[in-house]
Amino acid sequence: MAIEVKVPVLGESITEATLGEWLKQPGDAVAADEPIASLETDKVALEVPAPQAGVMGAHQVAVGDTVEVGAIIATIEAGSGAASAAKSAPAPAPAKAETRSEAKAGEPDASITLSPSVRRLVLEHGVDPSQISGTGKDGRLTKADVEQYVKSGAQSNQQAPLAEKGEAKGAQTPPAPSATGNRNEERVRMTRLRQTVARRLKEAQDTAALLTTFNDVDMTAVIETRSKYKDLFAKKHGVKLGFMGFFVKAACMALKDVPSVNAQIDGDEIVYHDYADISVAVSAPNGLVVPVIRNAEAMDFADVENTIGDFGKRAKDGTLTMADMQGGTFTISNGGVFGSLMSTPIINPPQSAVLGLHRIEDRAVVVDGEIVIRPMMYMALSYDHRLIDGREAVTFLVRIKEAIEDPARLLIDL
Amino acid sequence: MTDKFDYDLLIIGSGPGGYVAAIRAAQLGLKTGCIESRETLGGTCLNVGCIPSKAMLHASELYHEAHSGALEKFGVKLTGAKLDLKQMLTEKLKAVEELTGGIAFLFKKNKVDWIKGRGAFENANTVKVGDKSYTAKNILIATGSSVTPLPGVEIDNDKHVVVDSTGALELPKVPGHMVVIGGGVIGLELGSVWLRLGAKVTVVEYLDQILPGMDGDIRKDANRMFKKQGFDIRTGTKVTGCTVKGKKATLTMEPAKGGDSETMEADVVLVAIGRKPNIDGLALENSGVETNDRGQIEVGHDFQTDVAGVYAIGDVTPGPMLAHKAEDEGIAAAEFIAGQQGIVNHDLIPGVVYTYPEIASIGKTEEEVKDSGVEYKTGKFLFAANSRAKTNRDTEGYVKIIADAKTDRVLGAHIISSLAGTMIAQVTQAMEFGATSEDIAYTCHAHPTHSEAIKEAAMAVQGKPIHM
Repeated sequence: MAIEVKVPVLGESITEATLGEWLKQPGDAVAADEPIASLETDKVALEVPAPQAGVMGAHQVAVGDTVEVGAIIATIEAGSGAASAAKSAPAPAPAKAETRSEAKAGEPDASITLSPSVRRLVLEHGVDPSQISGTGKDGRLTKADVEQYVKSGAQSNQQAPLAEKGEAKGAQTPPAPSATGNRNEERVRMTRLRQTVARRLKEAQDTAALLTTFNDVDMTAVIETRSKYKDLFAKKHGVKLGFMGFFVKAACMALKDVPSVNAQIDGDEIVYHDYADISVAVSAPNGLVVPVIRNAEAMDFADVENTIGDFGKRAKDGTLTMADMQGGTFTISNGGVFGSLMSTPIINPPQSAVLGLHRIEDRAVVVDGEIVIRPMMYMALSYDHRLIDGREAVTFLVRIKEAIEDPARLLIDL
Repeated sequence: MTDKFDYDLLIIGSGPGGYVAAIRAAQLGLKTGCIESRETLGGTCLNVGCIPSKAMLHASELYHEAHSGALEKFGVKLTGAKLDLKQMLTEKLKAVEELTGGIAFLFKKNKVDWIKGRGAFENANTVKVGDKSYTAKNILIATGSSVTPLPGVEIDNDKHVVVDSTGALELPKVPGHMVVIGGGVIGLELGSVWLRLGAKVTVVEYLDQILPGMDGDIRKDANRMFKKQGFDIRTGTKVTGCTVKGKKATLTMEPAKGGDSETMEADVVLVAIGRKPNIDGLALENSGVETNDRGQIEVGHDFQTDVAGVYAIGDVTPGPMLAHKAEDEGIAAAEFIAGQQGIVNHDLIPGVVYTYPEIASIGKTEEEVKDSGVEYKTGKFLFAANSRAKTNRDTEGYVKIIADAKTDRVLGAHIISSLAGTMIAQVTQAMEFGATSEDIAYTCHAHPTHSEAIKEAAMAVQGKPIHM
């Protein structure tokens, strides 16, 4: 009896794939679960396993063909392997195959047919159910299937599986220490937020071609301007003139000049923005939050400082909403407030770049052939090299350096 | 983990949502407190809702069976069956006391602090109860709902003339004529109680059909059944006013579409037009949480409001106002707060009307499926063809299953039967697993049981029931 091999469910929102390679040729003997073909989608490459042991029948599609979820790509003749029989076996009656594949394609996404306990487990571990082979009725996933998958660490990119916690605990117990003194460990479950942060950061690293470029900036001019005008500014605008105003404005100008830094990849398209929504990290009682300054390009210094001040206050009160934190086309992260000398930040997807600011300290630098003391800061720009060229990244950072070292440039857009 | 707070989780309200959340949170190691303004735990459901109404429904059904001579055909002759309403109400109270006491025991066992009094927010991490303030890392609003008032009809439960559901559960004597305003679940259940105990019951419904939101077939057939039982059902009718003189009320009503008004005298008027979220006195504004234009608190998938650390579940949030919805949300919210994954499938919340026969439904109604444009099939199986129902002389009702015509996946099920409320769980479970009607049809059901009707209805989706 011929068994049809169909394109498995590939995950949310993925409806088709390209046949990358046939791993088994007609007449080859195949074992159950042995990969017979590889498929490629926008996101992943995956192998199609044989639903049961037998002899490979005719390929129904060619390498490079686009196939839809549920489409039949091959048949497997059940049995231990009379190769000749398989070879001479006619292609399966097309009419029948057609109707059956249609019914299959109309079936709801596998992710919704997951049973409650499986659904909970899949969500808990953030695994892709389409990557797991099911042993239940009609190939459905059972709780044990997911546990097994998580345990086997098949998805090395996912969060540390919680199921392993118990074992890991045992394995990590150190031998009786010869040292004296307390050696307590505390185990705390990761919060949902931490888990999400962990997943997103790892996703960014796995997806983007991340690269960091550095520069340094002489803060003399900004510091002078600040100390000269801080009282007047506070009096007129009711908010302190900080460094962020300068960097946000400088970034907006640089983003306009180098639009790819402000762009994002969506599928096989690039989305450019004619506005700058800048995510800024703000301290909150439960950790850092990253609200977004909308249309920062249209704001003046006071607007920017006021907005940041308001975010800080609402973060403390806990009244920042999800909406405040969503979106954003570019991020500025200031590790300097905690004393960082230098860092390589990770972008906040789907954004393509992040500017890292660091501590300001007096350093000996050479100006006009003389060694002088200047308040210097390192800046880092991490970017997605898929979208942003090295030249653009470097230019962007240089534009910021120039504007900060000579704030008059911000006025005349240079 | 508590560090600077009094509690990891402070819950406002101990109804089925709040108390279940409290117990689960405590089980997960959170230091948990639960604020309740009543003298007993359990909220509306246990004190003046689901539980006492079921006690009265059960007892009144027993009385009706004994009194009406319905048992004679089984060879059970009863003479002189009499109603002792006082005893009936006492037994109801006993059931309520046992169950609310049970929660107090579970709180003790799980080390949940029961804070007596009414809670009001001071800020997003502090709730004031009496003159004491409690701080918590997380706060869960589970304050439930209360009866929606009807303009022009003033409720006074103590006078026993114009009452709400609470008052209708403690009438000191059977009214001669009871008028129920609202042909929904609560009105029909409590109307049934007093109808069985001897009252003439008139149900006034503004819409043109009773049981709004339920499957069309079910609404039509339920209407017919209730009329047969003796309910006087006036649909498409609007109550415009009510005057009380002594022990009598006079209602004025007119056709919903407009027309001549008429009056009706009643010994008891039951207002059961719906329920509204309880947010009064909570001082929500101090927490930063806002309500939508229906007075409900909107939450995300993790039951967190727009304010971090403040959560809400149950009747104060959108969705059906059902105890079991609140319970499941309570468990999920507690799990989210403890850093775990919570899960509630809001597409599969069963609804049950505890009349006789019961009416239960799960998933989509036929009208909803039709509107969604999905091609579908239905299968219906009458209890008149079910051997057990026939044997028990309990043949009213049917099972109706709706399935996707292409995939055969079950989309909804609607049951009228004496056992519908219990039977619906089977279909709910099957639907949680994405079952097809064939899955149900090929699952062995014990014979003879009412449940076989579910199997047969599933077979009927394919057009091949055995016994019809």
